[in-house]
Amino acid sequence: MQALYAQLLVGLINGSFYALLSLGLAVIFGMLNIINFAHGALYMMGAFVAYFLLNLGGINYWWALLLAPIIVGIFGMILERTMLQWLTGLDHLYGLLLTFGIALIVQGVFQNYFGSSGLPYAIPDQLKGGMNLGFMFLPIYRGWVVIFSLVVCIATWFLIEKTRLGAYLRAATENPTLVRAFGVNVPRMITLTYGLGVGLAALAGVLSAPINQVRPLMGADLIIVVFAVVVIGGMGSIMGSIITGFALGVIEGLTKYFYPEASNTVVFVLMVLVLLVKPTGLTGRAA
Amino acid sequence: MTTLTDDTLPVTPRAMRDEMIAFVLMALLLASVPFTGVYPFFVMQALCFALLACAFNLLIGYGGLLSFGHAMFLGTAGYCCAHALKVWALPPELGILVGIAAAFVLSLITGYISIRRQGIYFSMITLALSQLLYFIYLQAPFTHGEDGIQGIPQGRMFGVLDLSKPTVLYYVVLVGFLAGFLLIFRIINSPFGEVLKAIRENEPRAISLGYRTDQYKFLAFVLSGTLAGFAGALKVFVAQNASLTDVHWSMSGEVVLMTLVGGLGTIFGPVVGAFAIIAMQQYLAGFGQWVTVIQGAIFVICVLTFRRGVIGEIAHYFRRSL
Repeated sequence: MQALYAQLLVGLINGSFYALLSLGLAVIFGMLNIINFAHGALYMMGAFVAYFLLNLGGINYWWALLLAPIIVGIFGMILERTMLQWLTGLDHLYGLLLTFGIALIVQGVFQNYFGSSGLPYAIPDQLKGGMNLGFMFLPIYRGWVVIFSLVVCIATWFLIEKTRLGAYLRAATENPTLVRAFGVNVPRMITLTYGLGVGLAALAGVLSAPINQVRPLMGADLIIVVFAVVVIGGMGSIMGSIITGFALGVIEGLTKYFYPEASNTVVFVLMVLVLLVKPTGLTGRAA
Repeated sequence: MTTLTDDTLPVTPRAMRDEMIAFVLMALLLASVPFTGVYPFFVMQALCFALLACAFNLLIGYGGLLSFGHAMFLGTAGYCCAHALKVWALPPELGILVGIAAAFVLSLITGYISIRRQGIYFSMITLALSQLLYFIYLQAPFTHGEDGIQGIPQGRMFGVLDLSKPTVLYYVVLVGFLAGFLLIFRIINSPFGEVLKAIRENEPRAISLGYRTDQYKFLAFVLSGTLAGFAGALKVFVAQNASLTDVHWSMSGEVVLMTLVGGLGTIFGPVVGAFAIIAMQQYLAGFGQWVTVIQGAIFVICVLTFRRGVIGEIAHYFRRSL
């Protein structure tokens, strides 16, 4: 049973990353109509920024948790201002191709300087060790990742669904021209939205640094799984992305325990099944 | 929303004549390669990728569907062809048929699944499906995992053509490429191809005219996947191995890049793009990961400033369709 609980926890952690990344993809897609292929590369950048902050600036994990998403978010906003904004009105596919190119550039540059091996990032002192829950041993850092990601996801949901800013955002998704006519600066909002989505990816990167090490290709395979998660959940609903992300992480964890050979493929197989039964995705409308 | 190629010209006898002249020139140029001292291995490799890119272009350029998983057809056909040659000891022509058949079956299955979603979702689904296959091939015993299938016997085609001779192999690959290219050319200019273009331009209108657009897209997907498999089977004889790199997502990305550089929806663009990208990889092989960075930069530059691609720009300048 110990092993089962341990795999469930790993599943929850992966689920947190799926949720944070697919949430960012959904938010960006809503405003920019772009599937951000660079999301995995920006997640990797988040982890690297945390690594640099610690090893070059002596800035600890807690500050990195705040600073890395801001730094990578600013980098994302520069990308949006200099490149992505010129794609408005073109076919969706160009956004995918452009961000794929950006991902190749970012990953290639990091691979040149850091190879493909992992760099260690220590767990902060306050979160070291573990506690005995009676039925299992819980490493504190892993528990922290799950709970903190959940809080961030819920906060993002609250921001978009329940605040005035979120209402503008949703309105601009529906009809940007009309919202502009009401005096809202829509282009700036688009830039900030991209920054927010990218920041969420970078945050996931910082959270994963102590668990998975910091590697230039850490986001490359992850982003493909997250695409499958997005296809399964649909991008129509924020809460849908969060729930699908966590649920798929748990299912993957269970697969690791019961049938480890399929743990790499289970999300893709589920995607196929969902497409056969309900082609629009679990929460999606017809696209 | 603007479509992928916004200046398609109608098929006129003159356009057809221009394209046929260009085709004959290309065939003559490629046929003369063994007499010029150009390294034939490089050209053969480029020809295989050119056929793959042409097959990919059939789907994106004429069907408007961006597949981000075309490496799965290349790799599957490669593995099956290699297995047939090495383990079953089949002659080359049957080995190629096994590879094509495998890609055909795979495209039937993956097409049935992925065609259910449009646009951006279609790209994500094909990418996820190819990643699924990648992990299966990583674990399946017959692919030999990380090592791949190596030392594949080239054999004698039809019992007479000794494929271990570079010149013979070159002409066999060239004939295979030209046959595949002509077939795609024929498909594009057939009534079926015209309907595909209509669907790409305005799907709701095509539906209202009574066309079952899903069936047309499915057929285009199967044709494209099967032809990509043909390229994969030919590549086995050139590279004499079949490995995981051929199924990896970065290979799918390279195919997209070749077609984008040459020109989406142009007939000769994918060929030019494939030669350009393979040549670049050849010359920059010593620069390690900078090749990836340069490929990414080409993507960015093409999308931002050069969306018609090389051949697309030339065709646009001369107001011809190429």
